[in-house]
Amino acid sequence: MSTSTLTREPAGAASVPGPLALGLRRIRIELKVFFRDRNSAVWNFALPVLLLVIFGAVFGSQDIGPGITFAQYFVAGMIASGVVYTSFQNLAIAIPMERDDGTLKRLQGVPMPKVSYFIGKIGLVFVAYVAQVTLLIIVGVAFYHLHLPSDLGRWFTFVWASVLGLVACTLCGIAFSVVPKNGKGASAVVSPIVLVLQFTSGVFFVFSQLPHWMQIFASIFPLKWLTQAMRSVFLPDSAQSIEVAGQWELGRCAAMLALWCVIGLVMSLVFFRWNKRGQN
Amino acid sequence: MTTTTSDPGSLLVPVPEDADLAVRVRGLRRAYGDTKAVDGVDLDIVRGEVLALLGPNGAGKTTTTEILEGYRHRDAGEVTVLGIDPAKGDRTWRSRLGIVLQTASDLGDLSVEESVTHFAGYYPDPRPVGEVIDAVGLSEKRTAKGFDLSGGQRRRLDVALGLIGNPELLFLDEPTTGFDPEARREFWDLIRGLRGAGTTILLTTHYLDEAEVLADRVAVIARGRVIACDVPQRLGGRDESLATVFWREGEEDRSQSTHEPTRLVADLAQRLGGEVPALAVHRPSLEDIYLSLIDHDSEETS
Repeated sequence: MSTSTLTREPAGAASVPGPLALGLRRIRIELKVFFRDRNSAVWNFALPVLLLVIFGAVFGSQDIGPGITFAQYFVAGMIASGVVYTSFQNLAIAIPMERDDGTLKRLQGVPMPKVSYFIGKIGLVFVAYVAQVTLLIIVGVAFYHLHLPSDLGRWFTFVWASVLGLVACTLCGIAFSVVPKNGKGASAVVSPIVLVLQFTSGVFFVFSQLPHWMQIFASIFPLKWLTQAMRSVFLPDSAQSIEVAGQWELGRCAAMLALWCVIGLVMSLVFFRWNKRGQN
Repeated sequence: MTTTTSDPGSLLVPVPEDADLAVRVRGLRRAYGDTKAVDGVDLDIVRGEVLALLGPNGAGKTTTTEILEGYRHRDAGEVTVLGIDPAKGDRTWRSRLGIVLQTASDLGDLSVEESVTHFAGYYPDPRPVGEVIDAVGLSEKRTAKGFDLSGGQRRRLDVALGLIGNPELLFLDEPTTGFDPEARREFWDLIRGLRGAGTTILLTTHYLDEAEVLADRVAVIARGRVIACDVPQRLGGRDESLATVFWREGEEDRSQSTHEPTRLVADLAQRLGGEVPALAVHRPSLEDIYLSLIDHDSEETS
């Protein structure tokens, strides 16, 4: 270690970088780390495609409505699941690990506001989602007769459903990151929750064929509304006949997702901690 | 002249009242449940000095430093760090601190250069990235990923990230854990260089030789209180304690404790006719003093 070059100038008049500039900096580093980490590549990219291939191969050709195969229904559900994977599941597992390995403590010690950290996570989630959904859509179109919508209205629905879903689930993921006791056990706590929601929200089974109590249970959570909105984007309007309400209910979908954005925001502000319990 | 209300003969030697303080702590207390982790700590760190904080595990070192760093809140006491209460420290205040924490295993997927460059971006006035990487001796590992660094190299990266913001006050929590002897010497040179450039440093360490070499003053903390604080040469009355002279006479190993070792050696030289066989003069090391302070403290309180 040569010390000859290390000097300390008296602090200049330069002021600390703004929260947004630091947030953009966080996005860059989050993406770099995310795409280099093999675990996240498996969880976020390989698994959804694998599920799509398996379910598509087993049940794909079953007709579940007028001219609609289960594969088409399932792809829409997996795209909705992609929102939950890349935001809620990703963050609720990654943040406890960052709390364990010292990332959060190190960040707490630098002049960065919490909001820049959150901006970094939101940026990461959006990029990861776009990448995952692109992959799912390519596989869906190539192998499972998924039809890309040709009208702007449906694409508009796709965008608002994705954005509302991502914001809601990102905030819920940040809040939920305080539940796992440590990083190692986080996926064991988080993955079953996502799985149960997928089973009950119309991803692995046709929602209208589920028991009534299960439908009511799932209606509390955002994934049910997200799958419904995604079906309205990727399935023909004739498929409304297999919805419980007989229609897409886009207004209710938007309202429920917006409500979860508010719930997520409140919960993340109240519950999020840099430290492990008892360490402040 | 004094700032603390210490008894005459106390082992706490206060700093001059007009000293320019980087850190001032009075009556700091913090309990976890029924455990009083910090139980009335008084501490001054003068601007530009290296203060070593010593003490057994569980004595309250980490709680004290983490309160100063703004990580933990306190139950009672006055604390100012660079003129500001850490509980109310804003980002500008934080940008003047450098913190090297104990163990971390983050940044594994980033190269040394990527990590240091990234963290430079948090500060208004960072040091040049290449300069800092050179200074901690990682130039040859610039492109190595965190996961591929050895324990000592990881520790150097931690130090680099603590230095990159050009801090006025640097917290080093057991910085040389995992260093080989050569790396520790190099690290000591780095710290001397930083001190020479005017950086105030709070060093927590278990290595007493490190404290002796680097510290302007040493504070010993036990059971949540500072029980001794002085320059290393005088800590705990070290300069006034007896020296022991060892030598061999005939077939017999002999030793004698004395306040006047020079006179004893001269007498021996005369008596034994020149070279004294197996001659050694032993002064209590900082470690001897430290251990007796800690022992004494636990006897007194138990």
